[in-house]
Amino acid sequence: MNDDLRTIGSSGKPGRGNRSTSPSAAARSLAGSGTPRRPPKKRQIPEPQESPRLRAVTDEDAAAAAAAAEEAAQASRAQRAATGADEQEEPGLDDLLDALLGGASRLLGDDWEDRFLRIAGGLRHRLSGDYAVDEFGYDPEVVALLEHVIEPLAETWFRLQVRGIENIPAEGGALLVGNHSGTIPLDGLITGYAVRRYAHRALRPLAADLVFALPFVSQMARKLGATLACAEDAERLLQSGELAGVWPEGFKGVGKPYSERYKLQRFGRGGFVSAAMRAQVPIIPVSLVGAEESYPLIGNVPSLARLLGLPYLPITPFFPWLGPLGMVPLPSKWIIEFGEPIRTDAYPAEAADDPMLLFNVTDQVRETIQQTLYSLLVERGNPFV
Amino acid sequence: MSRVVLVTGVADGAVARTARLIADRGVEVGIEKVVGVDTTLPTHELGKVKFIRADVRTPVIGKVLAVEDVDTVVHLGVAPASSRFKSTKELNVIGTMQVLAACQRSETLRKFVLGSSTAVYGTSPRDPAVWTESGTARGGTRSGYPKDVVEVEGYVRGFARRRPDVIVTTLRMAQILSPRSTAPLAAYFRGPVLPGVLGFDPRLQFLHLADAMEVVRLAAAHDRPGTFNIAGDGVMLLSQCARILGRPVAPLPPVALGAAFARFARVMGTEISPDLHRLLTYGRVVDTTALRHIFGYEPRHTTRETFESFAAALRPGLLHLGVPR
Repeated sequence: MNDDLRTIGSSGKPGRGNRSTSPSAAARSLAGSGTPRRPPKKRQIPEPQESPRLRAVTDEDAAAAAAAAEEAAQASRAQRAATGADEQEEPGLDDLLDALLGGASRLLGDDWEDRFLRIAGGLRHRLSGDYAVDEFGYDPEVVALLEHVIEPLAETWFRLQVRGIENIPAEGGALLVGNHSGTIPLDGLITGYAVRRYAHRALRPLAADLVFALPFVSQMARKLGATLACAEDAERLLQSGELAGVWPEGFKGVGKPYSERYKLQRFGRGGFVSAAMRAQVPIIPVSLVGAEESYPLIGNVPSLARLLGLPYLPITPFFPWLGPLGMVPLPSKWIIEFGEPIRTDAYPAEAADDPMLLFNVTDQVRETIQQTLYSLLVERGNPFV
Repeated sequence: MSRVVLVTGVADGAVARTARLIADRGVEVGIEKVVGVDTTLPTHELGKVKFIRADVRTPVIGKVLAVEDVDTVVHLGVAPASSRFKSTKELNVIGTMQVLAACQRSETLRKFVLGSSTAVYGTSPRDPAVWTESGTARGGTRSGYPKDVVEVEGYVRGFARRRPDVIVTTLRMAQILSPRSTAPLAAYFRGPVLPGVLGFDPRLQFLHLADAMEVVRLAAAHDRPGTFNIAGDGVMLLSQCARILGRPVAPLPPVALGAAFARFARVMGTEISPDLHRLLTYGRVVDTTALRHIFGYEPRHTTRETFESFAAALRPGLLHLGVPR
């Protein structure tokens, strides 16, 4: 394994193994040690009483049962009075408290009291509305929370490799331009995660207007920092020194069939280049491999999609056949490469109004991404290993 | 030079206070007299303001302009529909047309100030996140108050073209929240339960009444030609507003929009017009850079402060946590 192929974040960790000759610590513990585990003790099943299973319930039976229940209740009351509340067999308040404290310290570590207070405090200030969002609706606290959900998906499930992270400027605006694929725009989410995790900056995605017309999706998208992919919003973000992300292929990219995987579609109308030129920020080409295999699109129902007002209605090998289970992405291997920045500040400001120049730069970005995709595909080999 | 300012719509409490502010502070800039006009009698004390009962929908407004030698018209008679008046459309659009027709004839007129609203940008999912003054509506201006505002601003632009010697100032104000306001959004927040749209959390912006009054006063007293957005700094989500108020949000599915939503709202004691419903779905935020740098006014109250002072005047809701302020 050469150096630049190593996954960022896993290198240098003890017990990770190298996936070829020596197994990781997790794999070793799975394989088991010398002492075999004892089978779990079986619960004792009370012997069934010898009475006929089925028979009509008569009034006498009911009366007898009521009398028996009354007797049992009296007996238990008497016993409780005799022994006192502390010695009863059911778990008492102390046991419950002990279990709760034990669970808390196991869940949150030894300093669980501090952490619990912090969580409760965080919850309280969320519930009292005492937090701020920016004018786009970006809520950093929600993003920080979501990172915990995406991290296992990206690192364990997709075994994400991030390359060229040094091409993202530490400060100042930049426009990240990526290829779009994978039926569900999961690639945007993972790219945002990679930028946040490894470049320690927030990525502000520019999304299609459909996103803001859909319930829940629009609410979440705004909180994650997304905004509408229009010239006004893009320039506002870039001029205020934010990292904006754009996927110019749009729905043509995410909704293309599996047979056309990694073939870039038309790159919009080049609006992203003019936005970057007006704001005088660099364009960073982002090539992402792996999303195509996680949801292979093998069919589409255009008539139903039109009825629902969606750009396409996907059919994958598992969706909709397995229902919600079919929405679990396949564990393909993902690689993100952030390419060398294409500078736009060398052009004069009026260059943004020169369509020929815009087309040329658009083509340059598109070609860069396409070539990088091909070389990444060759390097990756089998998509699922 | 003695100046005379005419203010329309003074029957409304906030407009009456604005007219009084212009009259009280007018001495500094030579404003001698402030005339207030409306169809109904004012409910608030007018102080030094001279009230003339005149229907802005009739040509009588032209006579008022001529008799009083008015040189500045502050047109604040454009307001969203409230359940009290059924003739809002008439007042908004026909009233503005009559006022402008009279203004065009007037030889003494030097300045026209329009109290408009950010509703002119409409509301739709295709809106940019932040509106600047050069933006044009992309949806949501087909009916009701937003349509009125778009038409009114169109007439004012036409007037500015025909009378280039008159200084025209258009003030697009965000939602004004004040404890005594009867505006639709203020009434909405007073309800015990806030009906929301399932799956949407709109961004809202509020404007403090003191800021709105001061901007109108500055525009009437000084020369500030152009169009300006006016709103408190910052943004609040509807969910945040509800949490500060301690009122639960009742999310309703967005499919059966109109009917079910309006009915539920009426049961809850608030009236929700289609344009307010759209605002509560997609939200609207405006940019106030031009107000700061060209108009030269810094809003003194942020969106959050405006909302908190509004919330403090209400009874705390069911879920109030007792946040220390």
